[in-house]
Amino acid sequence: MWSFPLFPEKASALASSVDIVFFVWLALAGLVASTVAFLIVFFAVKYRSGSSANRETADEQAQNRINRRIEIAWMTIPLVLFMAMFAWSAEIYYDYATPPANAMVVYVVGKQWMWKLEHAGGRREIDELHVPAGRPVKLVMTSQDVIHDFFMPVFRIKQDVLPGRYTTLWFEATKPGDYQLFCSQYCGTDHSRMVGRVVVMEPAAFERWLASGNSTGSMAAQGAAHFREYGCSGCHGASASVHAPKLEGLFGRPVQLADGSTVIADDRYIHDSVLLPRKEITAGYAPIMPSFQGQITEDALLEIIEYVKSLKTAQPGEVR
Amino acid sequence: MSAVTVPSAASYLEDGFSLWSWLSSVDHKRIAVLYAISITLFFFIGGAAATLIRLELVTPTGDVVSAETYNKLFTMHGVIMVWFFLIPSIPSTMGNFLVPLMIGARDLAFPRLNLASWYLYIAGGVFTVGALLMGGVDTGWTFYTPFSTMFSNTHVFAAVAGVFVVGFSTILTGINFIVTIHTMRAPGMTWFRLPLFIWCMYATSVIFVLATPVLAMTLFLMSIERFFGVGVFDPALGGDPLLFQHLFWFYSHPAVYVMILPAMGVVSEIITCFARKNVFGYRAMAYAVLAIAIIGFLVWGHHMFVSGQSIYAGTVFSILTFLVAIPSAIKVFNWTATLYKGSISFHAPMLYVLGFIALFTIGGMTGLFLASLAIDVHVHDTYFVIAHFHYIMVGGAVMAFLGGMHFWWPKMTGRMYSDAWARFAAILVFFGFNLTFFPQFVLGYLGMPRRYHEYPPEFQMLNVLSSAGASILAVGYLLPLCYLLWSLRYGKPAGPNPWRATGLEWKTTSPPSTGNFATVPVVTEGPYAYSRQERPDER
Repeated sequence: MWSFPLFPEKASALASSVDIVFFVWLALAGLVASTVAFLIVFFAVKYRSGSSANRETADEQAQNRINRRIEIAWMTIPLVLFMAMFAWSAEIYYDYATPPANAMVVYVVGKQWMWKLEHAGGRREIDELHVPAGRPVKLVMTSQDVIHDFFMPVFRIKQDVLPGRYTTLWFEATKPGDYQLFCSQYCGTDHSRMVGRVVVMEPAAFERWLASGNSTGSMAAQGAAHFREYGCSGCHGASASVHAPKLEGLFGRPVQLADGSTVIADDRYIHDSVLLPRKEITAGYAPIMPSFQGQITEDALLEIIEYVKSLKTAQPGEVR
Repeated sequence: MSAVTVPSAASYLEDGFSLWSWLSSVDHKRIAVLYAISITLFFFIGGAAATLIRLELVTPTGDVVSAETYNKLFTMHGVIMVWFFLIPSIPSTMGNFLVPLMIGARDLAFPRLNLASWYLYIAGGVFTVGALLMGGVDTGWTFYTPFSTMFSNTHVFAAVAGVFVVGFSTILTGINFIVTIHTMRAPGMTWFRLPLFIWCMYATSVIFVLATPVLAMTLFLMSIERFFGVGVFDPALGGDPLLFQHLFWFYSHPAVYVMILPAMGVVSEIITCFARKNVFGYRAMAYAVLAIAIIGFLVWGHHMFVSGQSIYAGTVFSILTFLVAIPSAIKVFNWTATLYKGSISFHAPMLYVLGFIALFTIGGMTGLFLASLAIDVHVHDTYFVIAHFHYIMVGGAVMAFLGGMHFWWPKMTGRMYSDAWARFAAILVFFGFNLTFFPQFVLGYLGMPRRYHEYPPEFQMLNVLSSAGASILAVGYLLPLCYLLWSLRYGKPAGPNPWRATGLEWKTTSPPSTGNFATVPVVTEGPYAYSRQERPDER
């Protein structure tokens, strides 16, 4: 109990940048706060009631001129400082918000009160995230129920995890080790137990870890199984007789909707098409698809999306 | 316009002694006292919840209360402290008491409406305390959807109904203040002769009137989703949970300024009085108040930097948040400059105010850390945020509330309290507060999330320090209750102006008569003419 940390460990380049901004703020805030504190104490002593300090002031006009200059100074100096600090930290924020294209993807589903994670190869884990050091990792996250938040203090990053949408978070770990993982958006009774660990491994050790364990085939292969199990193939399959949009080559392409607008067929679009099929109806098709709301879990849905992504062999133009 | 047209000579405290004479009074001063009693009650209910929270957090494991109870405790602490103490605290007590007195009016513009708003406040309180007695609410004071609408099995509706109703109480108070300040100023009381406290009440009232209806609508939409399954916020029904956050913070961020602007008003009155000086940069101070109220409406998205809102929205909200800090900084600098060449004495109200400036500066500066996007991503929803807003709301608003109570207590009651005890309490509150909340900045940067019933063991020592501070703070808050109540019976009569202050409220008797002034005063100078008052007896 008597030896305790005062400052968190860090294990990414972004964490170092955030810490530098923090220390610069500490210095600035310390300077301003101690100046104000010093002046208050100094004036309080010097001009205490009954002291013999000189209280004569210049004539009113001269004094007003001086006062106005002082006021302009302490309006503009903070403004300039604030804008500089704003720009600096916004730049780091953009870095945090923009995952590199070559990042390794891990899928995360939050539910009361656990984290379910799945690697693209099909390796699953609960409340733990194994990642290799020195390689960017992108988390694609959604929630089965309420809003959660994936928080890894060692990388100085967090991101809310919402039901009904995919949010992403990325980092590149620099130092192998075991680090804390918290849910930091209040999510109900066992919120404080929705914690886990992030295990950063040497790349070779990570590859061994990835190959071992509980995988039951790649995410796309499991998605293909779900595709049959939930009856999707009955309409969207190659031999289906129902007039339904074909999915081959769909992913990442623009889709013309019945209302005249166009959307890109991304994770969100496929997710919503399964759960809220009336929301965006593909032009030229009748709105006959039933909703799978409440019948399919978010993790199975992620696998189906991986499956759809894997359907690359399309005849151009067929889907539109 | 005023209900009381013929001033009676008796003090407002002696104008009827029955309970009914209080519960049916339309005198702004009596209503202020009703509010003072009721918000104090709520403060101690909210404080009791905080006590249990700090007790639980002494150890890393959940051993004092269960997780469910813990979640209900911090929800009740937040709901009661925000809506039933902080928001009404200064406006409804000191504002009610002082707005007519400071501008030389006999009452507020709508005295019966004023009484109605107290009854609405009590009705809201009944719902919320009802929710507490029925078993509590576990959503957090922010009522985030879809947890609050589709997942929580607790008495969300009762709590929300209470907040909905109490919102109307503040709207009515706001309308009353705005109309009063516009139409009932004494002859010669021009806008730029108004005490800064009145400027702050005016700005606060504008926020009340413009922001609170949005809260009411949001809570209404939440209720129809919870009861009728109309999809507004729940994605399973086609709604959007971020919409709730936008609407909620559109109200709740300006609500922060509702807590701090009145505190700034109190500080300006007290610091000029005990420095015996005109406030430095009166006009800048008045404009800063308006700027805070206006820009304060445009920064709500800084609560949502990691919520999934667009990064461009995040950028705009970040820059606007830096801008709203400028007028706050001006106020701190101007208060400091007011001390220069003053003739300063250190009675209890002044000690509270100096404490306010120190704590508000720390709270404000850490707000800039949070406005910085990169830092917010790390410390959002951690104890860093908890520490920051307690520095503003407790270190700022509550310190100013206590300072104001000590400053105007002789005016409200006609009695003096023990200055020695009061100074002791002020110092105790200052140290207890810092010990409670400073360690939480460290905890937050270490990564301890808020609303955690259990936490990793390496965070224990800092939590123990915080809980130790909280127990000192509790004593600091109980002391004024004792010696102020004691003074009601045994305190020395205060006389009309014990602090030799300049405001119009000091030109009438203590306690004032029902109609406030024997004759309506005529104003010929600015609000802080201390130098003129000082010069004759100083050399």
